[in-house]
Parts: sequence; C-alpha cells; structure tokens
Amino acid sequence: MKIWNKIKSWPLLLPVVALILVMAVNIIHDAAVGDNPLSFFMISLRDTTTNGTILFGRIIDIINRGSEVAILAIGMTLVVSASAGTDISVGSVMSLCASFMCMNLAGYGVSSTTTLAKPLIVGLLAAVLMGALCGAFNGTLVSHLSIQPMVATLILYSAARAIGLLLCNDLIVYVRNPSFAFIGAFTGPIPTPILITVVCIILISVVLKKTALGMYIQSVGINAKASRIAGLNSRRLRFLAYLLCGVFASLAGIVASSRITSADSNNIGLYLEMDAILSVALGGNSLGGGKFNLAGSIIGAYTIQAITTTLYALGVSSIQAPVYKAIIVIIIVVIEAPPFKAFIRKHSAARATKGVKA
Amino acid sequence: MEENVVLTARGISMTFPGVKALDNVDFTLRKGEIHALMGENGAGKSTLIKCLTGINDFEAGEIHIEGIDGPVRNHSTKDAQNVGISTVYQEVNLCPNLSVAENLFIGREPLTKIRTIDRKSYNKRSAKIMEDLGISVDVTQNLENYSLAIQQMVAIARAVDMDCKVLILDEPTSSLDDEEVEKLFTLMRKLKEKGVGIIFVTHFLEQVYKVCDRITVLRNGTYVGEYTVEELPRVKLVAAMLGKDLDDLAEIKKEQKDYTNEPMEISAKGLSHAGTIKPFDLDIHKGEVVGIGGLLGSGRSELARCIYGADKAQTGTLEISGEPVKINQPIDAMNKGVGMLPDDRKAEGIIADLSVRENIILALQAKRGMFRQLTRAQQEEIADKYIDLIKIKTPSKDTLVKQLSGGNQQKVILARWLATNADFLILDEPTRGIDVGTKSEIQKLIVKLAGEGKSVLFISSEIEEMLRTCNRMVIMRDGQKVGEIDEDLSQEGVMKAIAGGES
Ligand SMILES: Nc1ncnc2c1ncn2[C@@H]1O[C@H](COP(=O)(O)OP(=O)(O)OP(=O)(O)O)[C@@H](O)[C@H]1O
Ligand SMILES: [Mg+2]
Repeated sequence: MKIWNKIKSWPLLLPVVALILVMAVNIIHDAAVGDNPLSFFMISLRDTTTNGTILFGRIIDIINRGSEVAILAIGMTLVVSASAGTDISVGSVMSLCASFMCMNLAGYGVSSTTTLAKPLIVGLLAAVLMGALCGAFNGTLVSHLSIQPMVATLILYSAARAIGLLLCNDLIVYVRNPSFAFIGAFTGPIPTPILITVVCIILISVVLKKTALGMYIQSVGINAKASRIAGLNSRRLRFLAYLLCGVFASLAGIVASSRITSADSNNIGLYLEMDAILSVALGGNSLGGGKFNLAGSIIGAYTIQAITTTLYALGVSSIQAPVYKAIIVIIIVVIEAPPFKAFIRKHSAARATKGVKA
Repeated sequence: MEENVVLTARGISMTFPGVKALDNVDFTLRKGEIHALMGENGAGKSTLIKCLTGINDFEAGEIHIEGIDGPVRNHSTKDAQNVGISTVYQEVNLCPNLSVAENLFIGREPLTKIRTIDRKSYNKRSAKIMEDLGISVDVTQNLENYSLAIQQMVAIARAVDMDCKVLILDEPTSSLDDEEVEKLFTLMRKLKEKGVGIIFVTHFLEQVYKVCDRITVLRNGTYVGEYTVEELPRVKLVAAMLGKDLDDLAEIKKEQKDYTNEPMEISAKGLSHAGTIKPFDLDIHKGEVVGIGGLLGSGRSELARCIYGADKAQTGTLEISGEPVKINQPIDAMNKGVGMLPDDRKAEGIIADLSVRENIILALQAKRGMFRQLTRAQQEEIADKYIDLIKIKTPSKDTLVKQLSGGNQQKVILARWLATNADFLILDEPTRGIDVGTKSEIQKLIVKLAGEGKSVLFISSEIEEMLRTCNRMVIMRDGQKVGEIDEDLSQEGVMKAIAGGES
C-alpha cells in the first residue's frame, strides 16, 4: 500500500506510463505480424555507403528524430513555468533561424551551394542570434507589456516563416556542404542530433543545479507578486525564460535544417510547437505555470516521437497521425483535470468506506 | 440528538501525508451559542472546520446536523451550504478581480424575469449589506482594490447574508481593527439571538471572553475538552492549549532610552505614492523600534510599502544610513539592508508550491543573486535554525508550505525576513494568526533585534503589542502622517491620537 502511494505521487508517473504503453503497443504489433516481439528494442551496427558504420534500430531512430522536440521542450518548460502560458512561435522561429543561417552560409540570393560563403560558425551564431532576438521580442511583449503569451507569440508564429522567405529571396536555399551536413548526420556511429541534445540537456541541468534560476522561475510562476516583494525581478525572469526558449528554438532549427541541408521555410519545424507543448504537458507539468519538471518534459518529448514513429509503423498515414495525437492529448488533459481527480478521489473513498462496512 | 444541538461531530480522524491532523475529535454546537475553537498553530482547528464543510475527506467519525437523519457527509462547500453551514475560511478565498458585489453574490446571483443576472438589484443589495456593516466601499469596484481587512469583512458579509443554521468563522478578526471587531461582534450577537450556532476561531484570547459562551480546546490534533467560558479563565485556557503554563507576557518591555544621538538608519523626506499616501517625513535611528498606529485604511501599510519600494515613491527623497538612495523596486531596498514582511500572507507572502526550506531562503537567495546559489547544506542549516527558533510546526523542511497551518505559514514568512539579516526590518502584522505562546516569543525577538542595533518599523492592529515593543509611534489618519508619540506611550494616549479626538 505504501509503495503504491509512493508510485502514485511520483512526478514522472505520467510520462513513464505513457512511454511504457507506447512500447507495449509496439511489442504487440510486432508479435502480431510475426516479427520478433522485441525488434523495437534491437540496436545493431550497419554499414552504409554514405556514413560508414552507424547505429541502427527503431529506438535509435526515435531518439534521433525526437531531438528537435526534446530541445524545444527544454525552453518550453521554462516558459510555461514562468508565465503560465505557451510560446507557440517556436516552430516558426526554428524555420526563421534556419533561413537566416542558410542565407549567411550560401550568401544572399544564392539558391544552392556546395561551398560556404562564410565560416560555418558564423552561420551557426547567426541562427542563435536570430533565435535570441525572437525570444527577446516575445519576452518583451509578455513581461513588459503584459500581453497574453498566446497572443504575443502568435505574432511570430504567423510572421516568422514569411520573414525567413524574405531573407532567402523566396528561395529554398540548399547548403550541400559536408561540414554543415554533419550536424544532422553522424558522429562516428552515433547520430549527431542525439549528441547535440545531450549537450543541451547537460548544459541546462548544470545551470539549474548551480544557479538559483530554477527556483526563481518557479517562484515567479507560482506567485509573481510575492516573488517581487521577496526581491525577485519577476519581469526580467519571464523575459529570460522567453529568451532561452528562443535560443533553444534556434538550436532545434539548426539541427532540422542540417538534416535536409536546406532552409525549407514552409516545412522546417512545422507543427513542432504543438509537440513541444504536448511534451511539457505529458511530462506532468501544469500548463498553469509554477513548478516544473524538466526530466518529465524530456521523457515526454521522446514519448511523443515514439508515438509518431509507432503510428507510422502501424501504417497510419502522416495526414491522419494528428487525429491520434489529438486523442492522446484529450486523455492526458482529462486525467490532469481537477474535477476528474476529485471524481476519482470520491470514488475510491466511497469504495473504501463500503469496504469497511462489509 | 440532544435538545438544542445543531451540529455534532464524533470521533473525527483525518490524516495528511506525514501528519495525523485530527485524532478522534469530538465537537458539539448548540443553538444560539458562540463556541470558540481554540488551539495552538497546527492544532487542527482549520482541518476540523474543513471536515465539517466538505473540503477535507476525513477517514473516521460521524457528523450529525439537526433536522437531518443519519450521518452527514459533505463533499463540497456547496453541499455544506445546502445543509445550512456557512463559512468564512482562514485565508480569504474570494475573487480579487471581481467586484465587491459580484463576490457577495457569486453562486447565488439574483435573476431577472428573463433569467439573466440582475445586476442592478444585486449592486443595490450589496451596497445595503456593506452599509449595514458600517463599511464604506464602492461595491462596483474590484475587490483587489481594497485592503485585506475590507476583503475579510466582505467574506464575512457574504457568509452572514446566506441563511444558515451554523456559521463558521476561522480567524475572521486576524486583520481587523478594534472597531471592525466590534461591528463583527454586534453582528454575531444578533445572529445568536436568532438561534444560529457560531463556531469562532481566534488567537486573541480577550475576544473569546468577550463574545463566546463555550470553548473547545484542541491540542496536536487531539480533543482536550469542552468548557463553559466561566470554567476556563485565561490562564487555564492557555494551559489547556499548550499543555503547560506560559510565562507571563507582561515582562516584555523595550527599554526606553534616548535614540536621538544614535546614527540615523532611515530618513525619509516627503515620500508619497499617488492615491495611497500623502507626502510624509520619517526618521528612524539605529536600534529603534517604531510603531505605526492608525485606523483601517489610514495608510499604515502604504507608508511602509512606499519606503520599501513595493509601491514606488513618486516624490521625496530617502536616505538609508545617511546615504541618499533611489528605490525603484523591492530588491533595491533589500540591497541597502531593508526587508519587509508584507501583511497579506497569501497574496504577497507565501510561494505556495515551494517547500518550507525554499520559502525561508528565498529572500536571502534573491539578495545574493542568481549565480551565488546557497548550497543545499547551507539552505538546510538556515531552515533548521528558524524552524527551531520560532517553532514552525512542519513534518519536514521539504514539506510544501501550502500544507502548513495558517499560523505556521506566517512563521515561515517571518523566518524568510529574519534570515536576510536586514539592518532595517519592516514588519507588517508579523504576528497575524500566530498563537499566544509564539506571539510573545516573536515580540521578544523584535526587542532583541533592536538590542543588536537593528531598527524595526512595526505595524500591528493590536495596539498592546506595539506598546510593548516600540519606542515611538507614528500616527496615521486618512493616508497622512498626523503625528508621533514618543513619550507617554499608553493605550489611551495612542487610541486618542488615532481617533483624532483632540483636534
Ligand atoms: N493540505 C494539507 N496537507 C498536508 N498537511 C496539512 C494540510 N492542511 C493542514 N495540514 C496539517 O494539519 C495540521 C493541522 O493544521 P490546521 O490548519 O488544522 O491547524 P490550525 O489549528 O488551523 O492552525 P492555525 O492556528 O495556524 O491556523 C498541521 O500540522 C498541518 O501541517
Ligand atoms: Mg487554521
């Protein structure tokens, strides 16, 4: 009974249960079609002509493809916690950052290149700078002008892709250069995006551990007025959360762009803001702000990717996939809703008293 | 059921994770009586009340209500209202961004013939209700524009306006001045005559003897006994609550000495904030404890907030330790060695979802800055120190502060400011909701701080408390500083100055 209670109050319960469910579906599916039931978990080394020996397997694929969402989820977690709102512009900002980077790498107006017009690092920094700029723009609207986060970030949500196209002179810019493609490809046998994600996670973990940022952001998210009286600068902290969110969006944009060695304004990061928000919710974080659980969000991100991959494996077309995702969102939101929790509580209490009488 | 009894609770037990909040508690309320529910902070008073009103799900015990067969189990406040229980909770739980009138009628709005909400009628009725209570407010204004005291009166007005058999008041007087308390008592006596049973929780013992007929005492979640007021004089009541005798309060008295030659800690000239406080001058020397007296709404808290930068001063100059400073927001004041415990614990004090430890170190951490984080060990050491010093009753340092009893939450906020080791502390109602035992400890602590050369600006709706600890008092009226009293600090003298009798 005690162990049961402990499990029930474990913060990672929801994302981990969801992840296990997804794995179960995979095992059952594989068994049903006559494959090895554990093929989902199999990892092998394979030789390829383009990348040499690489790690191969469905899990590797999920962790690799989930990189962008995981990186976005980090920033989104901070934004949700600090401002009780979501940044719906991250997908578009990814795209804008990618466009700006490719414009720098290829040179303005060039639609395809194999040689870099500027050093790679300049392009990368340009992307990060653009992300920071977008984050600062959102942050200013939310923290200093007190505009609702949804409305404030709607501006870049709709404008950023267009600005990206403008920067690229309405072209899809291809940068087919190995030093750039490397970011979306392989480092030894390991996909580079996985390494980049790991670095991001380590970085933010160290910052949260070694500075008081985590407590500050949660404090502001829980009670901004009281935090101000206790000496926190609520506005600056909210601004900072959006700024970081923008920077993480730019990193996700770099990865996404490098995978396809181009800046495809209309497709990079498409709908990813929804996945990022969903990761945060699935991670057991309240979208009402306050306390956050970063590990939950990251597990949530990979769970989402696992769901997407599984849906494709089950033969669901990419057009229909959002329907299934929507169903999952509904279930999560209902489980988290206070009236539902109260209902469960009442129900189990009623059963308990009945048990006593009998 | 016995004659005349409206509500009984028998053998109520209730457990929170790590705490047995109630253990086999009995309670009986008769018709037309005012029944005090007494106990230290964390004794289980609010928990018992929430069991009666359906907020808490108790594990064992039965509740019976007159006119209803069989045990009653409420699942929500709405259920409780349907069986005739109307409640004012310890923490005001109204909606700050709705108008006073909306708050009074939320959930029971009068309707017009075509079933829409009849705004006109309820604005009119609300105005009447508040007028009857002798409170002057504009009922169409948002509640958040009014002080905590007025919010508390609105909560009371709302509860009283609902027809009920049982009225529960959990520390309704904690932020009220004598005058409002009198108004409330008149109201309670009126209801009592009508046969309403009233449960009254307070930490002000004299209020118990003024209005109550009977007392039930809880200690550490257990039932100590039920007594008539005559049976249980003050000393015995305190002993029943604490389980031991209490040292006499009267010992505390700040030594009176001449501070004019001490260095100046705070010197404000012409500070003001539009709409709340008119320009004032104030000097406070090192080691001095200065009290602020004034009626509700006289600008006591606003004066303090203006110095601290919680409301930015729009005119005037401020010197701290002889150095001119510009304060735009609280952190600026904190960096100059100032701290302020605000009066509204729920809105401006606690960070509900953070732990006791985090709540205690928050201000100190803010002062150090984001990059100089206190280590976990340091944090725990500070938390332990204050949990011990002001007797914060909590299952652990990592318990969420919202899970503490009201009085213990207050202690946590106080600890937060003591931990910053500020040279000048503004304490706005520091002992609100704190039980008799710890209250005197805190007063002693203030005197001790002053002895160490710290200065304190002390605001309290309890004049005796300020008389015991202060060297000097500033008198406020209508948002204006009208004078200071430094000699002859007596109850009558201060009361007279506050009321403005002589002018
Ligand atoms: N929501 C909660 N979760 C966990 N523990 C709780 C919760 N509410 C109260 N408690 C615990 O129950 C005990 C009784 O608390 P309660 O609020 O009833 O005290 P109280 O007598 O009203 O004190 P006070 O005078 O300070 O208001 C305390 O030890 C408190 O920590
Ligand atoms: Mg209480």
